[in-house]
Amino acid sequence: MESRRTTLKKIAGAFALGVSGLSLETMRAEAQSPKKGGTLTYAMSAETPHYDGHGSDTFATIQFSAPFYSTLLKFDLDKYPNVTGDLAQSYTVSPDKLIYTFKLHPNVKFHDGTPCTSADVKATYDRLRNPPQGVVSTRKATFADIASIETPDPLTVVFKLKAVNAAILQHFGSPWNFIYSAKDLEKDPNWPKTHINGTGAFTFVEHIKGSHVAGKRNENYFKKGLPYLDGFKGVFFLQAATMLNALQGGQVQAEFRSISEPEKQRLVQTMGDKIRIQESSWTLNLLVCFNVEKKPFDDVRVRRALVMAIDRWGGSKGLGQISTLRSVGGVLRPGYPLATPEAELVKLPGFSKDIKKSREEAKKLLKEAGQENLKFTLHNRSIAQPYTPAGVFLVDQWRQIGVTVENKQQETAPYLAGLNSGNYDVAVDFSNLFMDDPSLALSKYLSIDRSPDNRSRSKDAELDKLYDASMRELDTKKRQALIQAFEKRLFEQAYQQPLLWWYRMVPTHKSVMGWRMSPSHNLGQDLSDVWLSS
Amino acid sequence: MLRYTINRILLTIPTLLGVAVLVFFMLRIVPGDIVEVKLRGDGGAVTQETIEMERHRLGLDKPLMVQFKDWMVGVVTFNYGISMWTERPVMEEIAIRLELSLEVAILATLIAILLAIPLGTTAALYRDTWIDYLMRILTIGGISIPSFWFGMLIMLSLLAAFNWLPPITFTPIYVDPVANLTQLIWPAAAVGYRYCAVTARMIRSSLLEVLSEDYIRTARAKGVQEKLVISRHALRNALLPAITVIALEFTFLIGGLVVTEQVFNLNGIGQLFVQSVSRNDFTLIQGMVMLIAAFYVFVNLAVDLLYAVFDPRIRYA
Repeated sequence: MESRRTTLKKIAGAFALGVSGLSLETMRAEAQSPKKGGTLTYAMSAETPHYDGHGSDTFATIQFSAPFYSTLLKFDLDKYPNVTGDLAQSYTVSPDKLIYTFKLHPNVKFHDGTPCTSADVKATYDRLRNPPQGVVSTRKATFADIASIETPDPLTVVFKLKAVNAAILQHFGSPWNFIYSAKDLEKDPNWPKTHINGTGAFTFVEHIKGSHVAGKRNENYFKKGLPYLDGFKGVFFLQAATMLNALQGGQVQAEFRSISEPEKQRLVQTMGDKIRIQESSWTLNLLVCFNVEKKPFDDVRVRRALVMAIDRWGGSKGLGQISTLRSVGGVLRPGYPLATPEAELVKLPGFSKDIKKSREEAKKLLKEAGQENLKFTLHNRSIAQPYTPAGVFLVDQWRQIGVTVENKQQETAPYLAGLNSGNYDVAVDFSNLFMDDPSLALSKYLSIDRSPDNRSRSKDAELDKLYDASMRELDTKKRQALIQAFEKRLFEQAYQQPLLWWYRMVPTHKSVMGWRMSPSHNLGQDLSDVWLSS
Repeated sequence: MLRYTINRILLTIPTLLGVAVLVFFMLRIVPGDIVEVKLRGDGGAVTQETIEMERHRLGLDKPLMVQFKDWMVGVVTFNYGISMWTERPVMEEIAIRLELSLEVAILATLIAILLAIPLGTTAALYRDTWIDYLMRILTIGGISIPSFWFGMLIMLSLLAAFNWLPPITFTPIYVDPVANLTQLIWPAAAVGYRYCAVTARMIRSSLLEVLSEDYIRTARAKGVQEKLVISRHALRNALLPAITVIALEFTFLIGGLVVTEQVFNLNGIGQLFVQSVSRNDFTLIQGMVMLIAAFYVFVNLAVDLLYAVFDPRIRYA
């Protein structure tokens, strides 16, 4: 049984996180002693194309593979955004922040029975930072600061950096960086795409394509007493309505990504106290993105006018009722300690609470630019939540300053093709972050020659300079000042700007215990702490 | 007859080759790239170099005619390649789903035939009576209500009335027939209703036409029992157009149950089709189009041969 102090700490931690859905009732339930046994069946909203986390950025891969693997560090969800050891039992950082030494847990074994040593960690990180021919690592740039990896003994790994990197520990805790067996990688560098052999809490049972994935308890898991579940079954659902039926009918006990407000209302009304909804702001946002290579969006006055016409505060209330969009924020998630406080945010273009005044100014800017009768097409994605309501909202906002917009929603492939080739005027873009750290959140806004993810195609040396400085700055206050300067510059130039941040609501049956809510859906998917009360 | 059958089978070869050519080039007109969807679809900041490397690995950077040659060689050797999304053989991806889709189609066809023949016949025999009116209401309902919506009603009714839903994962019929039927009978009923309605209306109108023919009057005048007049003379002829409808509907059910499959969370060909189209998984789309085209061709052939069985006047020389 946990002490009262521990429980109070949890409550404080939850509030610090902005996790408003964790009620006292939940806390009380969490204070129960975990029970072993049972199989958790839960819904998965997408199916991964392959099992390799190193070459993927999709949640589908994390949710599928995370229960089978360990990472070097992991995010401590009770103290987010802090990281803690996973495969690493402990770690030290040199005073100059250039050497990171990790001591691994002893006697860790892969599911095939072979021991996991520092050589496996080195092979994993070598693959991540310098993938062999034919292997995709989507985190190659993330680990570009690593100069060398040394393994003085089987339980010690030493990472030496070329330069100080303020976010490197968080990146060591990235849920994507599954530790693979050096032996498997030697056999075939792409082996983890189609096979599973990890050191995680569960061993692989089956993957029926298009249907489900199943795992069972790893009896040799290196964290004694874990996991609690005998096994799990993740069932793929393509339709939210079908998933809700299954949740209501008891066929699945949880959906660990998120549902929308109307879906939450339905579950609460029909299931009453049998369902628990945990809520948090979310590390996802939709952006309004202007193609600066196209006229008249190469004119900063036009871009600024368009962002100033958007009533984000009003939109937050309305869209929050019908979609997953809710929080107003700048380049960092509202609620994250380094994010610009609301009092400062409202001074930036596009965030004023006096929308009437803001729209008057927008009209003036359009007139100055000779674009009073501006017409364009909004390039949008053909996914209902939340792209459709966002598109409709934007059309209406711009109509109010005399701009005519056609909301054109396209399937993912042509949508991405348009975005990445610059074949659009204005687009609804998106940002999907696995954590809040600015090294990740701000990279999207760097000049296009540095950031392939910058769909506005802008080039701004000042933004690049501010970003580099923030990456190397270890003093939190100075780092925050650099980030705010970055944000001010970005919003004044209005190349692209967050529309609204998403809001996360995770439904679980009351019997599902031990699962930790976080602002990122990519975290906490390893199921090692989850247990069933009945 | 044998010669006719062989000729028809041989004719399927240019037909399917034509489909193979058309699907290949039509897909290449569609904008978008599977590699972009795979690596950037969820916000990945992947370099263009990585994108190009992956395109090269999948052979997407080869000249179009080289890709076409590879595809045609695959078609004639029955090697449809690997799915660009999952990188597993196309035939393996299809085979996993085909069993379920075929079973739903067969169950729905059985439901439709078992209900449509008595319904359509009774309605024709009792034309303009309350029986006929009732049958017409039921069949118009079946045609008007989309199958997926009827499926949703079934699901919500089961949930509301029994707080129960059918299983969400597929169990083959040879492993556990009860679990299998518990899952598939509901979607089969949902699509079978529409299927039955179309067929019953076809049988009714066809039977009405046949019943006014001279040979039926002659049979009655000869004193043949009414039961035999209907079953041997009238219904046998009236079923000819219904066979065509049944066959076309059956083929449609193999790949066309996209929304119904989503409503019941069925891992069928329809869902796979939609997913592969949204991802631009060319090889998988090509494989599935070939499969469905082959189904259409062979079911049509079977219908033509069945015509000869049902109507002795038809002889293919």
